[in-house]
Amino acid sequence: MAEKKLMKGNEALAEGAIRAGCRFFAGYPITPQNEIPEYMSWRLPAVGGAFVQSESEVSAINMVYGAAATGVRCMTSSSSPGISLKQEGISYAAGADLPIFIGNVMRGGPGLGNIAGAQGDYWQATRGGGHGDYRTFVMAPNSVTEMANFPHKCFEVSFKYRIPSMVLADGIIGQMMEPVEFANPELDPAKFIEPEWALGVNNGRAKRIVKSYDLREGYLEVMVNERVKRYKQIEANETMYEEKMMDDAEIAIVAYGTSARVSVAAMKLAREKGLKVGLFRPITLWPFPKARLVELSKRIKKFLVVEMSLGQMVEDVQLSLNGRAEVHLHAKPGASVMTAEEVYKTMDAIVKKGAKEYAAAK
Amino acid sequence: MYQGIKISGFGGQGVISAGYLLAQAGMMEGKEVSFFPAYGAEMRGGTANCSVVVASEEVSTPIVSTPDTAIVLNEPSLAKFEPTVKPGGLLIINSSLVNSKATRKDIKVLYVPCNEIANELGNAKAMNMVALGAFAGATGAMSVDAIARALPKVYKKLKPEVIELNVKALKRGAEFKVN
Repeated sequence: MAEKKLMKGNEALAEGAIRAGCRFFAGYPITPQNEIPEYMSWRLPAVGGAFVQSESEVSAINMVYGAAATGVRCMTSSSSPGISLKQEGISYAAGADLPIFIGNVMRGGPGLGNIAGAQGDYWQATRGGGHGDYRTFVMAPNSVTEMANFPHKCFEVSFKYRIPSMVLADGIIGQMMEPVEFANPELDPAKFIEPEWALGVNNGRAKRIVKSYDLREGYLEVMVNERVKRYKQIEANETMYEEKMMDDAEIAIVAYGTSARVSVAAMKLAREKGLKVGLFRPITLWPFPKARLVELSKRIKKFLVVEMSLGQMVEDVQLSLNGRAEVHLHAKPGASVMTAEEVYKTMDAIVKKGAKEYAAAK
Repeated sequence: MYQGIKISGFGGQGVISAGYLLAQAGMMEGKEVSFFPAYGAEMRGGTANCSVVVASEEVSTPIVSTPDTAIVLNEPSLAKFEPTVKPGGLLIINSSLVNSKATRKDIKVLYVPCNEIANELGNAKAMNMVALGAFAGATGAMSVDAIARALPKVYKKLKPEVIELNVKALKRGAEFKVN
């Protein structure tokens, strides 16, 4: 095994993208993700790629749109306010079936918010954010190693199903350092097969058009329905999650990213005090691991969603379970992080007092 | 084994790099580690802090809210982090710059004149190493040798004689004992 390296989450994401064959990056600086463009600025030229610090987020996303249309593995990154600016471009990429990859290191919002880590952009990431009926493949890392390895999966899914993909991290995962293990082989873009839709030199082949519209009557419906088929395949084939101590669990925490890290600590605390707690961690936020949650609800009747927001993912848990089990929420908005003790207290209250009393006490 | 460490001081005192060094040393020792810097509007003269976890098991949260050890290098950090130390934990105070005394009776306190020792050794910048040495000596969570081995990995551009001076600073720090 290669020597472990201590890396920042942001650096690991950039290196992971390059190892997955990314050769074009465009972006505009914003905290807490500045290490991504910084890393790309020296690393990409070293592997024959191109780095552009654009004049704005809007131009960056459109540069990536253009690069993706030629079949190149390409990426942009930003943090919450910057991702808002990119939404038009993401919608167009979804409409044109372009495999762009986006790194989003969430900070406090709404508006300019602050620069601390947060999870307030779950809805934006999983519900589209831009206009129109579309989906984005969204992965939520909870460690620096996952930051390093998820770009590989994102590019794979993006190119296989022609869909934009996103790594949705938070400022803490982006800024922290941990030992990293790169799990995937380093890919050589020279060996990639050119996609059959990619633009480039014609050489007498049939004309190819990349566009996000069809103005002929009824044709947009055909176009969107064809896309929906791919979305269904992604839901069936690419849903990912992790479970910890779920075998005998009587209450399940549902959390992703930094919240999931804190929840592990809370779970250990609870186990020491005799509460049978497990952790269910969605790794893909879209597709959301609905089916597994439903399966778990046959045995587990209490779920606690822990997130650094007003409560966004909790709606996906409620939609998935559809009344099959109690769904509680430990919310921490405003770009602050809950402590393990706080989460433990919430669990204790839910288990001891029962759902109704707990709700009344709040 | 689990050590949650908080290091805090003025920007420019080497708070962040000391934390990075501890994490690197822990990793090289085969331990599970994490390092998380406060990345707000820190600047030279402002305040900076970071969280480091060194553990034998997988690190759950990288944010240390109740440290086993807090290292405070300036006065404002004492007020901010003394109340957060775990009962029975350790507080290392840079007595060269911190005039106040700790008030808690349920924790161990170690006063180390980090700046004075670093100055004696001939380089004021090594004051953070004196503090880390004190941490190593007082907790046993990490050896001075382990931190010394990590030095060239973190400070890649340092000349051998500067590394040597830093190792001396670590050793001097490790001589301090909790009463």
